[in-house]
Amino acid sequence: MEITEKHVAETATKLSINDILGKKVLSVKWEPKLKYAWDNGPALGRYLAELKNGKIIAKKCDKCHRIMIPPRMFCELCWRPTGEWVFVQDTGIVNTWVVSYVDWKATRLDIQRGVRPITPAVIEIDGASKGMGILHHLDEVDPWKIYRGMKVRAVWKPAEERIGAITDIKYFKPME
Amino acid sequence: MALIERYQKTTDISYWPGQIPMSYIYTAGRAGEKFFREIMNGRILGARCDSCEITYVPPRTYCEKCFARLEDRYVEVGTKGQVHTFTLCYQSFDGTRRETPSIVAIIRIDGTDGGLVHWLGEVEFKEVYIGMPVEAVFKSEGEREGSILDVKYFKPSR
Amino acid sequence: MRRVAIVGAGLTKFYRNVQETPKELAYEAAKMALDSCEMKLSDIDCVVHGTAPDAFDGVHMKGEYLSDASGGYRKPYMRHFVGGGSGVLSPIHGWFHVASGLFDTCLVVAEEKMSCAYPHPAGAFLTIFDHTTEQPLYPTLIWIFAIEMNRFMTTHGYRKEDIALVAVKNKKNAMDHPSAQLPGEITVQDVLNSEIMAWPVNRLDISPTSDGAAAIVLAAEHVARRVTEKPIWIDGVGWALDTAYWCTRDLYYPDYLEVAARQAYKMAGIKEPSKEIHVAEPYDPFTYKELHHIEGLMLAPRGKSVQMLVDGVFNRDGNLPTSPSGGLLGVGNPIAAAGLMKVIEIFLQLRTEAGKRQVPGKPTCGVAQAWGDLMQVGTVVVLRN
Repeated sequence: MEITEKHVAETATKLSINDILGKKVLSVKWEPKLKYAWDNGPALGRYLAELKNGKIIAKKCDKCHRIMIPPRMFCELCWRPTGEWVFVQDTGIVNTWVVSYVDWKATRLDIQRGVRPITPAVIEIDGASKGMGILHHLDEVDPWKIYRGMKVRAVWKPAEERIGAITDIKYFKPME
Repeated sequence: MALIERYQKTTDISYWPGQIPMSYIYTAGRAGEKFFREIMNGRILGARCDSCEITYVPPRTYCEKCFARLEDRYVEVGTKGQVHTFTLCYQSFDGTRRETPSIVAIIRIDGTDGGLVHWLGEVEFKEVYIGMPVEAVFKSEGEREGSILDVKYFKPSR
Repeated sequence: MRRVAIVGAGLTKFYRNVQETPKELAYEAAKMALDSCEMKLSDIDCVVHGTAPDAFDGVHMKGEYLSDASGGYRKPYMRHFVGGGSGVLSPIHGWFHVASGLFDTCLVVAEEKMSCAYPHPAGAFLTIFDHTTEQPLYPTLIWIFAIEMNRFMTTHGYRKEDIALVAVKNKKNAMDHPSAQLPGEITVQDVLNSEIMAWPVNRLDISPTSDGAAAIVLAAEHVARRVTEKPIWIDGVGWALDTAYWCTRDLYYPDYLEVAARQAYKMAGIKEPSKEIHVAEPYDPFTYKELHHIEGLMLAPRGKSVQMLVDGVFNRDGNLPTSPSGGLLGVGNPIAAAGLMKVIEIFLQLRTEAGKRQVPGKPTCGVAQAWGDLMQVGTVVVLRN
């Protein structure tokens, strides 16, 4: 049976958001309160604790020898617990990046008025295995001059402001 | 090999607080639109499937047993019913304790196979029994918005 | 294992915002699928339902909520969920119910109502990322696509103006699809001029959020031959998931999709996919994604898909038409229902019932594919008539 206009015509009734807000059709509003306290576990717990100290720590798998960041308690490739903790550097290279004109709420940034677009990137950390990247922001760089392989260094918050979070690193900036 | 790691510093174990920030608008739907507009008129609607001999309350566009379309089979079912089951509720939906508990019941609307979950009012908990006849008490016309709360509660009908 | 065929299909219109509740949408699609092969609900032995995060429709335990509207009243019923891959995991999930011999018929339904999340499901997208190491950076899903598109482009040297041809092709194809949300004739320049969301992604590179539902009926061979003269056989299935540590992967190539594709091709006895597959519906939530998946499905060598696109190979009258339906870019993206819509398109193409969208040349073998989660899952089905 070919699915034609006639078949689908009555299946769904198109609305605009104004039909809803203007009460042309009835609706109910609801805002659930979904609050969480996620346990970090030993691996992320140590990662965050070291970020507070201004250091980045990774973990090594004794079988495949990958040095993994963020650190994890088991290697997902070898399917066994990981071994020693390894400190890595706070420098890296840009694997890929974005120049975003929207924020997380999908609101447009006021680029015309000079607001800087957001430039998140996947940064491969020096000292970890090749390809081990983390997501973070880039700043103090012209968004249109970022390139693959660009060397960057972490810019930390001052020690008294660090709380043990990924945001203890403010962003990464190009190494001169 | 078990996952064992001795923790030297309890400060290494931590939690990360956060939220899932969502807000919703739920449309009433095709059946809901008719149902709630009639609630505003002080009437309760159901949907009848003749082949399965079932009347659904609230009404729906389909019969869940035989999949027949019920959209032109909505019927008025009156505002009287019987208490199918009930409870006395001390907890609010967010887990906090209520000062005055409320009586919540499933009310089977007379002549139907459906029911509504609602509060019971104008009655003491110890007087409520399964099978007790009740009827809907609506808000005043000007206050009705097309919501289930347009019915304030069900009270015992004499 | 028994042979399983698709014998009927149903689809609702896709819109940004509909009045119908999720249940009412699921019912419309399920009813149309049953009517299309003149079956009754009592002929159905079991039901499977695919639908993406509960957070979109805003109903916790969405699978259970949708069960009666999907025909699951007092029947064996299961819900599956792999993000956007759900739509093509749906027939796979239904397939093993019937292939195992446990059931003779299965109704497969997929539904999504994303408009419930008001004003935008941004909060749900935020929490796809790791809550401790990524969420505090306030990422949004568009970044992840842009990040992958960037890596894809810089690895192969692809240009935005060439990738934009996917949007031009699919929206034009969608003009012949009755359910389409955003059909239209646009040009490459329109795509490049459309507002930048997150470079390199522009607005017209992205498929819309939508409400919609789709459904198909599966039957074992002895039932299929009674019900229809044109059963379409599910000859190959494959699905695979990659790690959630997405920053560890080289994003230029979907390895997980190749694993799933190989699984499906092996089962179907396909040795040279680019020659033996006549029509394909790769998942296209973004323009570059269609090419990314065409390479992962091994329908084009790595690094060569753009040239083939520019040469017209993937047009409806080309050698390997892709997304003849109009895809997600043209028809809409109600996550799970979109994937099943693609399966339905291959079903109709192989039965020569695709109306104005019919590709020439009497195709006998088609592939539909979906993808989802945190750039993680590949789900593939191979269909033959």
